[in-house]
Amino acid sequence: MAWFEKKEAMAKIPPTKALWAVCPKCMSHMEKSVWKANGCICPKCNYHGRLSARERIAQIADAGTFAEVFREVSYSDHLDFHDATGDYKSKVEATIAKTGENESVVVGTCEISGHRAMLGVMDFAFMGGSLGTGTGERIARACEQAIAERRPLVIFSASGGARMHEGILSLMQMAKTSAAIGRVKAAGLPFVSVLTDPTTGGVSASYAMLGDINITEPRALIGFAGRRVIENTIHQKLPADFQSAEYLEKHGFIDRIVERKDLKAFIAKMLAFWNF
Amino acid sequence: MATARAKTSDRKTARPSNPTAMDRVKLARDAKRPHLKDFIANVFDDFEELHGDRLVNDDRGLVGGFASLGGFNVLVLGHNKGETVEENMASNFGMANPDGYRKAMRLAKLAERFRNPVVTFVDTPGAYPGREAEERGQAEAIAKSLEFFAALRTPVVVVVTGEGGSGGALAIAVGDRVLMMENAVYSVISPEGCAGILWRDGSKAPEAAEALKITAPDLLKLGAIDEIVPEPAGGAQKNRKAACSAVKKAVLAALKDLAGMPVDELVERRYARLRAMGDFY
Repeated sequence: MAWFEKKEAMAKIPPTKALWAVCPKCMSHMEKSVWKANGCICPKCNYHGRLSARERIAQIADAGTFAEVFREVSYSDHLDFHDATGDYKSKVEATIAKTGENESVVVGTCEISGHRAMLGVMDFAFMGGSLGTGTGERIARACEQAIAERRPLVIFSASGGARMHEGILSLMQMAKTSAAIGRVKAAGLPFVSVLTDPTTGGVSASYAMLGDINITEPRALIGFAGRRVIENTIHQKLPADFQSAEYLEKHGFIDRIVERKDLKAFIAKMLAFWNF
Repeated sequence: MATARAKTSDRKTARPSNPTAMDRVKLARDAKRPHLKDFIANVFDDFEELHGDRLVNDDRGLVGGFASLGGFNVLVLGHNKGETVEENMASNFGMANPDGYRKAMRLAKLAERFRNPVVTFVDTPGAYPGREAEERGQAEAIAKSLEFFAALRTPVVVVVTGEGGSGGALAIAVGDRVLMMENAVYSVISPEGCAGILWRDGSKAPEAAEALKITAPDLLKLGAIDEIVPEPAGGAQKNRKAACSAVKKAVLAALKDLAGMPVDELVERRYARLRAMGDFY
């Protein structure tokens, strides 16, 4: 569950974080205004930092074209899940209050440089971008709407994996979304998957890795199992670039690493190539 | 946590003979429990193993081959857990590599061509978390497998026989009928893993096991499985032959049930089954 490990790492950032930003990859410090002005991209190591779903939508969808759908689909506490740190319901409600989102993916119709598309964007700030029943339902519905309206599908992933608070039905969302993606392709529509930092666990092992083309940004973390789990299993240190975007591209699982500033144009070019 | 605990103790006092979730986890992991080789020997006739993914490897964590069962020629796929340490070393404790999932897809594609039903046996702690597994695309292999089995044009019967460990289990558990042995468990994360994260204490696994709802009766209620296969008193390890007979009966009934269905309808129903998972909205 990488999202949790990350949360711990983030907690180590000193309280001066209101003014200072620290690149989580190279740990270089800079004024927050510099980090923001550079589009949350590290000027030192080119790590492409995390964006909220709304920030991403603003960068990808043509101004004024994004129309959100399925906002009525939210989380479900069907297990009445409680753990040592409290109950799931209060945790999600706090996340909803903090982020303004009510699930870990935002879906809607839009135009990308004039090309009609069905767009889904995950938000890592929402429960570590975890895949819950609401997330899976939104993605499945987005797939079905894409088919009904003949729209190419574009999904930006950012997730630590399945949401364990929703138990087995969160696992089943992997199968549900993958089945729905299969139908998009069978309907003759393209699926562009953008795996952003981080995309791991049950999300990388379902729709995120099923793109007709898989794109990512520089230095993004992409993988299935967590680094520590693997190191504990094989009793070996892993290379520093293990599970990085560059590593994945080298091993053949990513079509292209695209800089954030070029992403919209690249996606639009692909959609144009397929005549959408 | 207080609530989870209260519920656990309620259940204990109310139905003392009923095993807790963690009791079932232990039964599901029991080395003496029937494993793939027992099911191959006792459920089917004439098993012929087929090796390899035609790409890089023959994964030993996931095994496949042709067999017959009550007049059906079927493809058998399953996680290959062993009984002894030596067997488990050879089969990676039933943890499949990407090559295993790709072999499963290769063989299932062949089964589809000749309309042979597929029967899968799910029993794994999870997909193998290794360096080569990641380099060869563990995530991609599981994802492809989910997409692939959802659209496969031949019946698929799944039996969760022991540990249904997360994505590594699900990759061969997408089917038309999902059966689960009485003391098997099936979960998004191991109770120990969940306890380590949400309780910050791996020893709280019993609480996590209870909270996650991973037993066959719980999963039946949630609609994640379709049918529970009863086990001999005290668990399948007490009488493997009898446990295998019960599985044989249930698999055969499911195969007969699915055999007459037109393939288009079969695939539509399989999609609808998945589509209904967790639709609370």
